[in-house]
Amino acid sequence: MKNILPETTPFFPRDREWHPPAFTPGYKTSVLRSPQRALISLEGTKSEITGPVFGHNIIGEFDNDLIVNYAKPGEMAIGERILVYGRVLDERGVGVPGALVEFWQANAGGRYRHKKETYLAPLDPNFGGFGRTITDENGGYFFKTIKPGPYPWPNGVNDWRPAHIHFSVFGHGFAQRLITQMYFEGDPMIWICPIVKTIPDENAIKGLIAALDMQNTIPHDMRAYKFDIILRGRRSTFFENRKEGN
Amino acid sequence: MVQPLFYLKESASQTAGPYVHIGCTPNFVGIHGVFERDLGAGKLYGEAARGQRITIRGAVIDGGGNPLKDALVEIWQADADGLYNSPSETRGSADPHFAGWGRSPGDMDTGEFLFETIKPGRVPFKDGRMMAPHITFWIVARGINIGLHTRMYFPEEAQANAGDPVLARIEHKPRVATLIARQDGEASYRFDIRLQGEDETVFFDI
Repeated sequence: MKNILPETTPFFPRDREWHPPAFTPGYKTSVLRSPQRALISLEGTKSEITGPVFGHNIIGEFDNDLIVNYAKPGEMAIGERILVYGRVLDERGVGVPGALVEFWQANAGGRYRHKKETYLAPLDPNFGGFGRTITDENGGYFFKTIKPGPYPWPNGVNDWRPAHIHFSVFGHGFAQRLITQMYFEGDPMIWICPIVKTIPDENAIKGLIAALDMQNTIPHDMRAYKFDIILRGRRSTFFENRKEGN
Repeated sequence: MVQPLFYLKESASQTAGPYVHIGCTPNFVGIHGVFERDLGAGKLYGEAARGQRITIRGAVIDGGGNPLKDALVEIWQADADGLYNSPSETRGSADPHFAGWGRSPGDMDTGEFLFETIKPGRVPFKDGRMMAPHITFWIVARGINIGLHTRMYFPEEAQANAGDPVLARIEHKPRVATLIARQDGEASYRFDIRLQGEDETVFFDI
C-alpha cells in the first residue's frame, strides 16, 4: 500500500490552547478529575512514536453499519438514516491509512444502551449504537447509522447534549491517540453545551461539526455528513540524529 | 507576503464520556453479538511469547480520593527484548506473540483495572541512552477532557530508574515516586493513578 511506509520521526507538539484544558468547571465532573500540576513535556521517544496497528481481520462485515449490526434479522434501527464519511488526515494534510476508528452514540431518542443510563426515552431493540472501521489507503472511512437524538444530563439544572457521535482514533503512533465527538451542522444545542464549551477556540469547535453533504446523499435512502478527523502531524526526517540505537 | 505553510489543526479532544464502554468494550457492559470480543481484552501475550509474565492492577483516583468507576485505561509497551510491535519500529522485529497494546475498563464496583502482560525490556532514548523498563499508560473517562499520558516504572529497577532520561526531566524529585509501581506479590504490581491533589501522578505532554 503506498503511503504506509513507516515514519519514525517525532510528532508536532500538541497545541494545548486549542484543545480543552483539564479544568473546566462549567463541566462539573472535570473539577475533581483534572490534574493541577503542570504536565511534564517530553519530545517523543520510541515509546510514543510507535503505536499499535490493527489488521482488517478484526473488522466484521457489519461493523460499519449501525442500522443493522444489532438488529434482528430483517429489521432495522428507527431514526434518520445517515451516512457518515470522511478521511483521517494528519496536520500535514496527509491521509492516515490503516487507522482504526471506533464510534458510539445514543439512539434516535437520545438513549444509550448502557446499564448505567437511566434516561426515560426508550431503547430501540434494533440499535446497539456502536461500530468500527479501518481507514483505506487514502485515510478514507465511512459508516451508516441513524442520527442520534440530544439527551439531558445531570450537570446544570437543564443541560442537554447536542446530537453527537463519539470517535476514538488510533493513528500510527501512540502519541496520536485521540478521542473526540462529532456534532451536526446547524444544531443550536452545540453552542450552549458545557462539554463543547470546554474548547476555548471557536474555530476548534467548528472543526468538530460535520457538514451536511447533499452531493453524497443517496436519494430515497440516506443523507450524508462529512467529518474529517485530523491527527497530529510528524516532523520531516531532515535533521534527525542517527546515533546508535536510535 | 511569505509562502503559506498549509498545516491543518488537530481535531480538538473531547471527553470520552460515561458510556465509552459501549464503543470500546461493549461485551464488558453486556452488549453481545456485534464484536466477537472486546479489543485489547485479556492477556497481551500468547503462550509462545518471550519474557516474564506479570500482572498489573490499579485504580484511577479522583481529587476526592475516590476511584473512578467509568475510566478506560490503555497501555502500550515494548516486548521482553525492548522492541515495539509497530511498523514504526526500526530496530528489528518484535515478538509476534506479544501485542504490546491492551485496554482495560475498571471493575464496575471497585474501579480496579487489570493487565496481564510481560515485563518490557529496555528501550533507547533519542540520544542512545537506555531508558528504564516502563509501560506507557493512557487514561480517558467522563470529566477528563483530553486523554492523560503517564508511565509506569518498576520498583526492582532502582538503578535503571535512577539513570532514566525521562524520570530525570522531573524537576521535583519526590514526584518521581508517583510513577513507580508497588510490588504486591510475585510478578504482581500495583499502580494507582492519582488525578489530582496530594501525590498527584506525573502526566506527560508527549
